[in-house]
Amino acid sequence: MNRHFFGDTGVLLSRSLRHIARSPDTIITTAIMPIAFMLLFVYVFGGAIETGSDSYVNYLLPGIMIMTIASGISYTAYRLFQDLQGGIFERFQSMPIARSSVLWAHVLTSLVANLISLVVVVLVALLMGFRSGADVLGWLVVTGILVLFTLALTWLAVIPGLTAKSVDGASAFAYPLVFLPFISSAFVPTESMPGPVRAFAENQPVTSIVDALRNLFTEQPVGTGIWTALAWCAGILVVAYGFATLAYRRKIS
Amino acid sequence: MLTRMSMASTAGAIRVEGLEKSFKDLKVLRGVDIEVARGSIFALLGSNGAGKTTLVRILSTLLRADAGTATVNGFDVAAQGADVRESISLTGQFAAVDEILTGRENLVMVAKLRHLKDPGAIADDLLRRFSLTEAGGRRVATYSGGMRRRLDISMSLIGNPPVIFLDEPTTGLDPEARLEVWQAVKELAAGGTTVLLTTQHLEEAEHLADRIAILHEGRIIVNGTLAELKQLLPPAKVEYVERQPTLEDVFLTLVGARKNGENQ
Repeated sequence: MNRHFFGDTGVLLSRSLRHIARSPDTIITTAIMPIAFMLLFVYVFGGAIETGSDSYVNYLLPGIMIMTIASGISYTAYRLFQDLQGGIFERFQSMPIARSSVLWAHVLTSLVANLISLVVVVLVALLMGFRSGADVLGWLVVTGILVLFTLALTWLAVIPGLTAKSVDGASAFAYPLVFLPFISSAFVPTESMPGPVRAFAENQPVTSIVDALRNLFTEQPVGTGIWTALAWCAGILVVAYGFATLAYRRKIS
Repeated sequence: MLTRMSMASTAGAIRVEGLEKSFKDLKVLRGVDIEVARGSIFALLGSNGAGKTTLVRILSTLLRADAGTATVNGFDVAAQGADVRESISLTGQFAAVDEILTGRENLVMVAKLRHLKDPGAIADDLLRRFSLTEAGGRRVATYSGGMRRRLDISMSLIGNPPVIFLDEPTTGLDPEARLEVWQAVKELAAGGTTVLLTTQHLEEAEHLADRIAILHEGRIIVNGTLAELKQLLPPAKVEYVERQPTLEDVFLTLVGARKNGENQ
């Protein structure tokens, strides 16, 4: 590893954090759609949904968190694409810096921005009556899972950021991710779904992650489900990192 | 840095031999040879698509050549990429500046990435040299094209790299801004920096370059001083013509660019 890796990443991280501080609308737009869905489902549909839980907002929040991250990471693809278009990417690459720090700065920026968006979403949920008895350790595990999931999806977002031909292409990949929670246990229990849909819902990553978060919030035993959730996050992270690195090598060779 | 420069000082600043590069079936460079002496300004002339940018990208380690060798400041671009990047600065065709940051923040960022001490003082000094002190605290998005270019070039000077690549540095600039850029390039070479610049404007090469090479269809077809190049054509014959002011003369006189240029 280049001896300047941490220093260079720090400089570039502070650059993209400034971008966020100067256009805080990226935080708002990231949080606004999940919040809208939370309002809609709690106050409109929620009364008709039988979850076996005493409070629907308690049931819903984990899925809303996943949705927040899925919509937030598309900004990484967007910012990376803009860097490539504007030529500043080439300036960085022609300078004596640790080359991988250019990507890591974007990834860490995504982590910070998504954590801020998640805090906003949780605050709104608290206003809507969300309560959790989870202790500090529980919250730490929740945060850990969310960080891992954000890193995994951000590395996924790096791929279109490096390879897209247009701005729309760079951010469009996130739409399926945003809607993945609908076919999972995020909004309704999977038991109510017909056979093939249920099979898909129970075996896709969102369900295991949502179930793990929900159990942590409600102080239920997480069982082996949490390992499935972590395996999904780690698996996506490794594969996405691999492809992103490959796309990056192609770009700079 | 100093020891590195003196170590390599026996070789030419840039030496390119038999360089080839293709994109799929398109042969962009078909065996390019050039040598650029230290502290000189070398102009690479060529029309659009002649391969100028490809050559600059290979020399600045952004692209790998298919065949041939190239050294910059004594370092091989393929094998010693990190040393090459330590020795160069690249100013590409489009001003590579961060629009959301201020001019000063851009300069400080580059100084930090070059691992220099006191980035703030370096930034303030460059802002002064390029008449950007007042604009330094404003976001670059509010700058004019000429100001962006000046900022772009000043970012390339940070750390005093011995070799600077300027890829069409005046494309899209108005005549005033172009004169400012020319002035900056001349000052660089006077300070001992080697400058390789690409351009489509013959006049620009005439004004600035110690040596001029013409890249055509992937090969260097001519390489020499301006005087040598002029000798390729039949000797000048004397003709008497009434000299009309060119539109450029009129424009520059009216907007007072000449006067501003002298002030700097």
